[in-house]
Amino acid sequence: MNLLEVDGLVKHFPIREGAVLRRTVGQVHAVDGVSLTLAPGETLGLVGEAGCGKSTLARCIAGLHPVTAGKVSFDGQDITNLSRSAMRPFRRDIQVMFQDPYGSLNPRRRVGSIIADPLVIHGVGTPGERRRAVSELMERVGLDPGHHNRFPAEFSGGQRQRIGVARALALKPRLIICDEPVSALDVSIQAQILNLLKDLQNDLGLTYLFIAHDLSVVRHVSDRIAVMYLGRVAELARADELYEHPRHPYSDALLAATAVADPDVADRRARVVLTGDVPSPVDPPSGCRFHPRCPRAREVCAIRQPALEGTTHLTACHFPIGPDSPMGPDFPIGPDSPTRPDDERPYGEGGAGWR
Amino acid sequence: MAVTGIRPEAVPGEAIAGRGPWALAWARVRTDRVALASAAIVVLLLVLAAAAPLIAQWSGHGPDDRFRDIGMTAQGLPVAPNGTFWFGTDRLGRDLFIRVLYGARVSLVVGVLSTGLAAVLGVAVGLLAGFYGGVIDTLLSRLMDVVLSFPYLIFALAVVSIAGPSLTATAGVIALYSWAAIAGVVRGRTLSIKEREYVEAARSLGAGDARIMLVDILPNLLAPVIVLVTLLIPAAIVFESTLSYLGLGIAAPTPSWGNLLGEAQGFSRVAWWYLVFPAGTLLVTTLAFNLLGDGVRDAIDPRTERLFGRRGGVLSKRSRRGKGRDGGSGAAKTMEG
Repeated sequence: MNLLEVDGLVKHFPIREGAVLRRTVGQVHAVDGVSLTLAPGETLGLVGEAGCGKSTLARCIAGLHPVTAGKVSFDGQDITNLSRSAMRPFRRDIQVMFQDPYGSLNPRRRVGSIIADPLVIHGVGTPGERRRAVSELMERVGLDPGHHNRFPAEFSGGQRQRIGVARALALKPRLIICDEPVSALDVSIQAQILNLLKDLQNDLGLTYLFIAHDLSVVRHVSDRIAVMYLGRVAELARADELYEHPRHPYSDALLAATAVADPDVADRRARVVLTGDVPSPVDPPSGCRFHPRCPRAREVCAIRQPALEGTTHLTACHFPIGPDSPMGPDFPIGPDSPTRPDDERPYGEGGAGWR
Repeated sequence: MAVTGIRPEAVPGEAIAGRGPWALAWARVRTDRVALASAAIVVLLLVLAAAAPLIAQWSGHGPDDRFRDIGMTAQGLPVAPNGTFWFGTDRLGRDLFIRVLYGARVSLVVGVLSTGLAAVLGVAVGLLAGFYGGVIDTLLSRLMDVVLSFPYLIFALAVVSIAGPSLTATAGVIALYSWAAIAGVVRGRTLSIKEREYVEAARSLGAGDARIMLVDILPNLLAPVIVLVTLLIPAAIVFESTLSYLGLGIAAPTPSWGNLLGEAQGFSRVAWWYLVFPAGTLLVTTLAFNLLGDGVRDAIDPRTERLFGRRGGVLSKRSRRGKGRDGGSGAAKTMEG
């Protein structure tokens, strides 16, 4: 059974105007019909550009934002829009790790008391037991337990993120929602935190929903990856599958934009450069939301919204990349096409033929 | 701004001790001479006020004792400062020094009591308004506006005419007058702090509203509130003096700086000391509190602008010249200027 099921989740933020009589003049379509599942022990990566709704989705799952429509179930129980008291027992099982190692720790409180917070809030243990638990947690995440009396300002970014991990682990949760846990860290520190998360998953059987905007980070930790664009899932597949055979043109463009250490590989890569900015989520494009920027877009893309289809490799595209593309294997080809189709793709092991 | 109390480099063989925000603030205060001098004056005043009965006993001059023989001239006028009466005497032949000391007790009690009351009320209202927002915020903010636009002297007049002049009535009126300023600042800070990620983290852990307000937000409000309180105490002392001067505050025979000034005004031509000593004490006290407040603000919250002193402040030119004169007081001094 799946640990977490998200079904058709919608989150709109109303835009209000007027000082006294406030009326709603529009909606920010932050998340617009997202369905996901997470199996126990699995890591699902969630990637997309800034503003695509991935953090909002995470907050909706964690019960920090009320949901506009759709359903979130945890361990078979519906936890959508639960009251604060009804949500409380689930908060022990679902923990959130935040992006900003500086902003997510209260600067006026000592680290030991920050890590003990979840225990105090849920009334776990006596003060002595909590102190012991904090020491164990600090040791577990690679911090010196002797430093429990220090303030967050006395730690480096990576150490603070370890404090965040310790706090998230305190209640022995089953699901940890990692909201860009390494985006604010140096690359060398990123690997340490990612390895720590991986080790903890192996030891404790944790399930992660791992949010990032950097595909190379996500690949390192994820079993499956969901690519989001403007509040919808564009593609959802096994990590290696997505990297080697992206079917959605947006995933393709994202992959092309990731930095590659090997210059030979980098040179062989196609440069799929997206033009323009992400459209406003207040007034998202009709049909497929990616169509104004999509190199493969046809008329139908502006009219009909593509469904997220497939068995294991799900894509929401009328003309996905791949051998079974309805537009033929060589699409798109044209003088104004931003892609260079005859380029050899590093992830096109299936051969340039089917492209 | 250089802070000489903090060693810039680690010393080999010596452990580097971490410092909490309060330790750092203390280190900054220690290098601020104006703040230290102000603190010394405030402490001296507190000690003198607390010891007023002892001093009265030692000198043999009670606050209400009249010395018609030695405390008044043959014409029945106050006696000028001398060895017996350091500040001279007042119109009834009482020792002005002792009365100023007793007046300090009243002024400080009213100042601290009313500001403390205002701080509690202001923090509570500001925290609730900022945290909950919406209708609660609108109502409380309009209430603050009403309070801030109140004609306080007329209000005090009304209160005194109903309840009679007393210390509690005075403190109450002053508290009512100053809590809105604290509430406004606290509300603003709360609005920004509640959007911080650590508040969201607390919420994701299942913390209730009360816990978030008290454990996560309140400690971050302490610094601005402390600064505001040190600046509001002198304002309260001045306001108490104003009320007492007008006969709306502390009633005679209990001395307060305000009613001493009120009594003195008819004698300004014949007894300068009668006016100068209470007024001077009031001036020194409020100045010391204000400068201390500025120093505390600098130490706790170094980013805010300073009213007096180091950079671009009212006193900066004068203090820079003063520093030039006393010469080699170190590089830090020059940088302070």
